[in-house]
Amino acid sequence: MNAFLAVIARDMRLAVRVGGGALMGALFFLIVVVMVPFAIGPNLGLLARIGPAILWLGALLASLLALDRLFTTDHEDGSLDLLMMGPIPLELAVAAKAIAHWLTTGLPLVLVTPLLAMMLNVELRAMGGLMLTLAAGTPALTFIGLVGAALSVALRRGGLLLAVLVLPLTIPVLIFGVAAANAAITGPAPFGPPFTILCALSLASLVLGPLAAAAALRQGLE
Amino acid sequence: MRLTGDNLACSRGGREVFSGLNFSLAGTEALLVTGRNGAGKSSLLRLIAGLLRAAEGRLSLSDGDPEATIAEQAHYLGHQDSLKPALSVAENLRFWGQFLGARRIDAEEPLEAVGLAALGSLPAGYLSAGQRRRLSLARLVAVKRPIWLLDEPTSALDAPAQDQLASLMRGHLESGGMIVAATHGPLGLDSPHELRLGPA
Repeated sequence: MNAFLAVIARDMRLAVRVGGGALMGALFFLIVVVMVPFAIGPNLGLLARIGPAILWLGALLASLLALDRLFTTDHEDGSLDLLMMGPIPLELAVAAKAIAHWLTTGLPLVLVTPLLAMMLNVELRAMGGLMLTLAAGTPALTFIGLVGAALSVALRRGGLLLAVLVLPLTIPVLIFGVAAANAAITGPAPFGPPFTILCALSLASLVLGPLAAAAALRQGLE
Repeated sequence: MRLTGDNLACSRGGREVFSGLNFSLAGTEALLVTGRNGAGKSSLLRLIAGLLRAAEGRLSLSDGDPEATIAEQAHYLGHQDSLKPALSVAENLRFWGQFLGARRIDAEEPLEAVGLAALGSLPAGYLSAGQRRRLSLARLVAVKRPIWLLDEPTSALDAPAQDQLASLMRGHLESGGMIVAATHGPLGLDSPHELRLGPA
């Protein structure tokens, strides 16, 4: 347990230090969403209708942004070797890295959502529901992306491959995330069913992601 | 405690690096792995560390901790230093101490042992190659593990640091530990065993 917490603390510290990517995701999210009204014009009705989709796409791309560095830096400086020799299984060490990644890139996305939602003409009363969908869905993005990051660890320019590998797998998250967000904002479909499926996707990836990522890492180091 | 390699073979990228390798090492003993470049010295150390799979043969540790794998009872000092430039010297050491399972996390004493006590709060990015090496050595002092796997431990170290390393290794052997080191030169140990890889 000690080792697990140590990995989370180290990765969070690295993310907020110089060269870390803690706020990059949130800033990228901000810029993508801000560009949208300029691109499609000031049609408030249209903005409100496509707002949830824009927010979710922004969150998806932003959480991919820092993912390719998740294992490559540890691979390059030899830390990954030592992480494999620790007293906790590699699966747990990998999960700890993913949790730290979510806390430093996923959580800030959730927190800046109200600001961005206002720009997309989302009503204030729907804000809570919208934040809830992102809070429930972004862990799934991180833990699915984890597998891609582990697979592309030994490749020089793995970033693009990571996007190609991971984005198709996130489609279910996108569908139910946007459905839940739409239900929260405009209705009339109920909020519950898509939201619970979104939670289920997150929980499943929370379990399967680290297992698959650890297997990929072990295979990659042979 | 005895570490035994029985008929070990290792292949990388489809090419056989070595095969039919036997060795046996008891506590308080050191094994120097020598051989030409590409003879498989590093591969053997990584194999013992559990970072490579043996193509053939068996590796066993008797009288060790039955609950832990060999890798969990070994320190691996590879070519890379496993340091994060953005963290300070003490933070780097404290992290590995905590992760690898030290009972108490005290950075002072191990840093003193490798001569880095004055630099504890400096970001590791500012260290020289030799100082980085010393900092990774401090990890071996901070966490007690019986098997030390050292890959060219003296590289980048100056003469006083090599002496320090030699005395650290002697101390480790005296306390019942074992050392497997890949090296091209003498390490300053008394009567180590030698394992020569590749054609003589």
